[in-house]
Amino acid sequence: MVVGASAAGLAAAETLRREGYDGTLTLVGDEPHPPYDRPPLSKQILSGEWSTQQLPLRPYTDLDALDLDLRLGAAATGLDVPDRTVRLADGSRMPYDGLILATGVRPRRLPGKGAHVLRTLDDALALRDRLMPGSRLVVVGAGFLGAEAAAVAWKLGCEVTLLEPAPVPLAHAVGTEVGRVLSQAHLDRGVELRCGVTVTEVTEEGARLADGEVVEADEILLAIGSLPNTEWLADSGLAVGDGVVCDQYCEAADGVYAAGDVARWDNPLFGVPMRIEHRTNAAEQGMAAARNLLAAPEARKPFAPVPYFWSDQYNMKIQAYGYLRGHDEVAVVEGDLAERRFVAAYGTGERLTGALSVGMSPKAIRAWRQAIAGGTPWEEAVPAGTPATEAA
Amino acid sequence: MLVELDVPKCVASGQCVMAAPDVFDQREDDGVAILLEEHPGDELLDEVREAVAICPAAAIRLAEQ
Repeated sequence: MVVGASAAGLAAAETLRREGYDGTLTLVGDEPHPPYDRPPLSKQILSGEWSTQQLPLRPYTDLDALDLDLRLGAAATGLDVPDRTVRLADGSRMPYDGLILATGVRPRRLPGKGAHVLRTLDDALALRDRLMPGSRLVVVGAGFLGAEAAAVAWKLGCEVTLLEPAPVPLAHAVGTEVGRVLSQAHLDRGVELRCGVTVTEVTEEGARLADGEVVEADEILLAIGSLPNTEWLADSGLAVGDGVVCDQYCEAADGVYAAGDVARWDNPLFGVPMRIEHRTNAAEQGMAAARNLLAAPEARKPFAPVPYFWSDQYNMKIQAYGYLRGHDEVAVVEGDLAERRFVAAYGTGERLTGALSVGMSPKAIRAWRQAIAGGTPWEEAVPAGTPATEAA
Repeated sequence: MLVELDVPKCVASGQCVMAAPDVFDQREDDGVAILLEEHPGDELLDEVREAVAICPAAAIRLAEQ
């Protein structure tokens, strides 16, 4: 049984079938839609470039071929690990032999009504319908999601203001200098960016700041991060702490695995527990969890990926490999920061742990993935004399 | 086996090239995937399935096995 019918849950279900599992396979999802892709929500769906017909992760015929007991619009409400049952919102109790948890995350919100969030298809369509030329959009949070939405809204002719609590957007993730360079893309286009401001409340007039000022808006989008959907597991006995806590095999309890945005697991490649909200990780971890669930105990494999993400903002494509958070060092190893065409390398401790590129050939960046996977020492990856830039 | 690549959906992640290097490549400039072999041999079936599963844009489809 797989709980969660988005990228991770679908990847798990497909992998279970590919690996030869031919028993009953139940896929439970709380949204009414068949599995669909989320990255385009803040890009092609929000801009209107794509219709919703382009969003399903698989055509119906491919879903049918999986021979699923597909339960959409059915939220899971409880898990009994010793009894091996999952409770659904309609009161039914579903027995399982093996279970994969892929319930994802939901957006953080602020007090007050009327603000948009951007996580589901319905969220994206609701916001899209409100973005008219000249309308004033305030985006709270200038992280990757907020920046992508701001870029789309600017292109649609909206007056966009980004409100960011940190002094430099994304600095904790990509470093201060790189964060500053990326955020310059907003300023170049006349998108207003106010940093160091905390929004406390959504009001009818706009976004209220900690000092009482109200930033007026027609629409407000909250892009201030996510919370893992684990409340339904509160009585399950599973360890939950910013995600479902798993070992390096993605196992949370005997016969229970977790994958995707909701899973916090020990990544042996970096030696730290991590929870990754990236689209590629959802698929990779869903596949890994499914394989480990089916495998004999001694045949299981640790899940040790090099995380990867991309972001499209204005005409910039940002790509990153590795684990950038908590980095100690950043160095520009190719290109030029000011031109927004560069590769930056990230080091933690003595080793290379990440690389981020903007405006460079995506093909060229893959070499950095190998170097990160190989645990290349920082001194070797970054030639002596390469100027360091300001880290987080 | 028949492989389909939905080029407009591709996000240039290169995941398919890592999964099935004999079937996919990437354009030099923008990294968009190139389908090298529309009808790969059956010995590449597992690699192609891996590429289908791992593509973060759901842009690859195994139309026939």
